[in-house]
Amino acid sequence: MAIDWQAFWLTIQLAITVSAILLFLGLPVAYWIAFSRWRWKFLVEAVVALPIVLPPTVLGFYVLIALGPRSPLGRWWVSLTGHTLAFTFSGLVIGSILYSLPFAVQPFAASFDGVDRKLIAASATLGASPLRTFFRVIAPVSVPGLITGTALSFAHTMGEFGVVLMVGGNIPGVTRTVSIDIFDRVQASDYATANETALLLLAFSFAMLAVVYGVNRKAWVIGPVK
Amino acid sequence: MRKAIGSVSSAVLAACMVLSSTRGWAQEKQAKKGAPELVVAAAADLSTALKEIGEGYEKKTGVKVNFSFGASGALTQQIQNGAPFDLFFSADMDYPRQLITAGDADGASLYQYAVGKLVLWVPADSSLDVEHRGMNVLLDSSVKKIAIANPEHAPYGRAAVAALKHAGLYDRLADRLVLGENISQAAQFVESGNAQAGFVAFAHAIAPAMRGKGKYWEVPVDFYPPLAQGMIVLSHSRHKKEAAEFLEYVKTKEAAELLRKYGFALPRD
Repeated sequence: MAIDWQAFWLTIQLAITVSAILLFLGLPVAYWIAFSRWRWKFLVEAVVALPIVLPPTVLGFYVLIALGPRSPLGRWWVSLTGHTLAFTFSGLVIGSILYSLPFAVQPFAASFDGVDRKLIAASATLGASPLRTFFRVIAPVSVPGLITGTALSFAHTMGEFGVVLMVGGNIPGVTRTVSIDIFDRVQASDYATANETALLLLAFSFAMLAVVYGVNRKAWVIGPVK
Repeated sequence: MRKAIGSVSSAVLAACMVLSSTRGWAQEKQAKKGAPELVVAAAADLSTALKEIGEGYEKKTGVKVNFSFGASGALTQQIQNGAPFDLFFSADMDYPRQLITAGDADGASLYQYAVGKLVLWVPADSSLDVEHRGMNVLLDSSVKKIAIANPEHAPYGRAAVAALKHAGLYDRLADRLVLGENISQAAQFVESGNAQAGFVAFAHAIAPAMRGKGKYWEVPVDFYPPLAQGMIVLSHSRHKKEAAEFLEYVKTKEAAELLRKYGFALPRD
């Protein structure tokens, strides 16, 4: 059998969608984590970090139950669209957002945290609103962190397996991602195709990470010094 | 004070972790020295029946039997890559034969212990009258997803595809199929309500965990090639004698009755 390009393309689409959503969703969360002084903030940080330590089976199991027609959320979705979220691309997107959340939020928050508070104070003194300060001061200085977070959530979604296995249903062109395809090829003793696909994924992931780290390195050298 | 409580509780936690890990270790050591424990790779449809057979066997002989359930194709794959199993209970006869050819199993020990049955299962609260209308309910517009085991490596998945083709429904329903990694996952997809119907093992439909949760229709046996299931002693086994003894026990009337009770036909039937 040959490489399943459909699965490859599907996985890239999934990763782009998830990392784009996480960029928008992750910014306010990371901003709050970096600047909030609430004493129970650490609890929120722990929740955000949960997907790093939880096995994907736990996440997949709860997502499957939460998306199913037996849960209020699942029922609401069914009444809205006429079908359940499990075994759909949207279902995978939701599962992947949860799964990759810390990989976006943590680098974002770390880079916001590293911004010189004097710059923020200066911006406020000059009359800029917090939003303006964010877009004109904090975000530009944090670009390497934003790139890292987005790239990591992209790469993490590319390599996702457990959650997809549990909520995907292995439908070609809809939920059969590269990692599932590789698993199937191995189970079917088709080592040659498994190897080709795995090598491709390996090369792609390496290239992607190398570019990100390369870009960030350049930013450090010629970017504004904090 | 709060800090003190925190450090005491974390110390207790750490102690518990160390204790439990050494206990697990000790058990492992004992298993190596004392009575041998068998590890059996078994098709997912056997999960209820074999566990009970294993418990009965342990009571009788003191030999503990541990199970690893999965799709037969997936287990075959693991065995070929050196998984430390003593016995293999497949959901078909082909995978054991494949292992014999590859030198991973003892050909003389191959024995057909049961014949699996395929059913179409829907949740109890479903409006689909599967008991009377059989596979025709799948054409109902409320059926968006139909769960089957992955036909690439699960014999029950192949049986489900064969049954759909036999009924002339496959082409119309192919885009509604969702694939479980094995027959248990297919059952779980329907049980959780995410798929509206599914082809599962009869053994699942009547298993204690599923009883009362659904309605089912037995797919006529001439709709799919018989699910003759074979068991075999593996070449990697370090307890070949004990493995062969357990295999003999599964052939006894006592064990066979349990297989029948949990939804299998016997080869002699």
